[in-house]
Amino acid sequence: MIRIENLTKVFETPEGPVTAADHITMDVPDGEICILLGPSGCGKTTTLKMINRIIEPTSGRVSINDEDTTGMNTTDLRRSIGYVIQQIGLFPNMTIEENISVVPRLLGWDRKRTRERARELLDMVALDPSAFMGRYPGELSGGQQQRVGVIRALAADPPVLLMDEPFGAIDPINRAVIQDEFLRMQSELNKTILFVSHDIDEAIKMGDRIAIFRAGRLVQYDRPDDLLAHPKNDFVESFFGEDRALKRMQLARVRDVMEDDVPVVRHDDDLRRALELMDERGYHYAITLVNEHHQPVGMVMRSTAETRRGKCGEHYYGVDALAHLDDDLRKVASLMFSHDTTWLACVDEDGRLAGTLTQRGITRYLGATYRPQE
Amino acid sequence: MLLQSPQRLFYGTALVVMFLLGVWTEGSGFIDEFLYYRGDITYLLGQHIELMLISGGLAITFAVPVGVLLSRPRFARVAEPAMQVLNIGQTIPTLAVLALSMTLLGIGRVPAIFALFVYTILPIARNTYAGIKAVPPHMKEAAAGMGMSATQMLFRVELPNALFVIFAGIRIALSVNVGTVPLAFLIGGGGLGELIFTGIALDRPVMMLAGAIPTAALAVVVDMVVAAVAFLTVPKGVNPLRNPA
Repeated sequence: MIRIENLTKVFETPEGPVTAADHITMDVPDGEICILLGPSGCGKTTTLKMINRIIEPTSGRVSINDEDTTGMNTTDLRRSIGYVIQQIGLFPNMTIEENISVVPRLLGWDRKRTRERARELLDMVALDPSAFMGRYPGELSGGQQQRVGVIRALAADPPVLLMDEPFGAIDPINRAVIQDEFLRMQSELNKTILFVSHDIDEAIKMGDRIAIFRAGRLVQYDRPDDLLAHPKNDFVESFFGEDRALKRMQLARVRDVMEDDVPVVRHDDDLRRALELMDERGYHYAITLVNEHHQPVGMVMRSTAETRRGKCGEHYYGVDALAHLDDDLRKVASLMFSHDTTWLACVDEDGRLAGTLTQRGITRYLGATYRPQE
Repeated sequence: MLLQSPQRLFYGTALVVMFLLGVWTEGSGFIDEFLYYRGDITYLLGQHIELMLISGGLAITFAVPVGVLLSRPRFARVAEPAMQVLNIGQTIPTLAVLALSMTLLGIGRVPAIFALFVYTILPIARNTYAGIKAVPPHMKEAAAGMGMSATQMLFRVELPNALFVIFAGIRIALSVNVGTVPLAFLIGGGGLGELIFTGIALDRPVMMLAGAIPTAALAVVVDMVVAAVAFLTVPKGVNPLRNPA
């Protein structure tokens, strides 16, 4: 756990003292990603850099795993904290292997162990070690360089990682890929991470917690969903913007919102059976048709069931859009708009029907802003 | 055919001119007269190289650490003024430096070497300082953030990244040095200047050329040697000679 207590930085400038960080107090629990978010000049980067003392705090304390870092030797402290910066900062005079091995070598690891670690880390970000170990940073693309920047910080397996807008200089498409990759790595590594960002969408996507900074002060520190549902003041509210509800949709997964106990009909069921089931549940619109593998193949409209006779298999409309259990609601809403429907079948990895999701269900979920606080 | 390719035309003409020059030099007895000075050339060339190596070697061992020291944050305040002083040093004509050196140290090899040394320091110190200063701050922040001490950062990050610029300085300094060594003769330092100046004084062009041509050839060779050393020692990732962008 990282505990920050009353951390303050006052810069002396020719125009007088400037308070860059004003009594910042916050805890980051083990294994969580905490995003420091705010407009530029709000003190988020200063706060981050005071943790590994790139910037010396004016007052206040930082403890890592209950150990006060104030008295610690600066180089020892820094070697135990991973550090990733926006400009990546790979050393162009060293090969990729040498870059990754910087901290292990400073810590005096033997050659074999260092080399194995470098291979393992390159594998982790899907860069082929045999091809990349001997290359120089200048021979890599921006995205590849930043991947190396991240694994270099992880080389000595530090419990804590500080990241200063790590994906800020990468184009949007690659950024999304690297973010996903990083989240997957984090789910295995469980590092305690402080992450500076000015990108709200990135913060919502990556953060277990978000700390909103303004003019050197910590304004609100909460889980993303709580921040979006209960902004503490006008600043936080306007910072997240008018489309807060849409942003919250990114946080919810289909599996949490869908209705999972849904009636279905099969090809050889009679239309009367379909009508019966719809009446039973009060469906005004349609019912899902599944095949022998329980995969949704279409829907039988209520109007059809009321006016026609025969098997369901002869009178159904195909489905052309499906939601997957791990999709977020924003994607689902987008699918609904583009296919002009208020209803989607949700399927698991094998394509089997797991439930259904309606526009009303989403609205109800977003409307339920009250959640018991921990 | 020849007119179609300007490059061929150029080489062809050059070849013809060279051949005619050869014919003329042989016919006028130039080559024979030149070879007459063979013994002097080898002896004086040895002295010349010695002067260059001693003064150049001293200058490198002195100027690189000076450049490094001036780039340290501790000396940030004096660095720019110090560079200005060195710049002014470079604007003093070579002959004046030699004269000053002679008034201080008398005549002979020592004042000659001292004057050459003084004259060679600046380009090396300046390039060392500038090369280290040009290492991007974010790279240094990354190094510091990973827990490198100031010394580790200097030897693992700053110097390797500045090395190419430092070598560029050494190249300039040594070619200036080789070209200046002939003047050492004027204060009794020896070297190929002896043939050049004596040749001028006695109005013997061939004697003068016997000093001038080896001096020019040496300058080219020294430059190539330094370039080769730079090619081999500058880390591959920051060596523009190895991976032309």
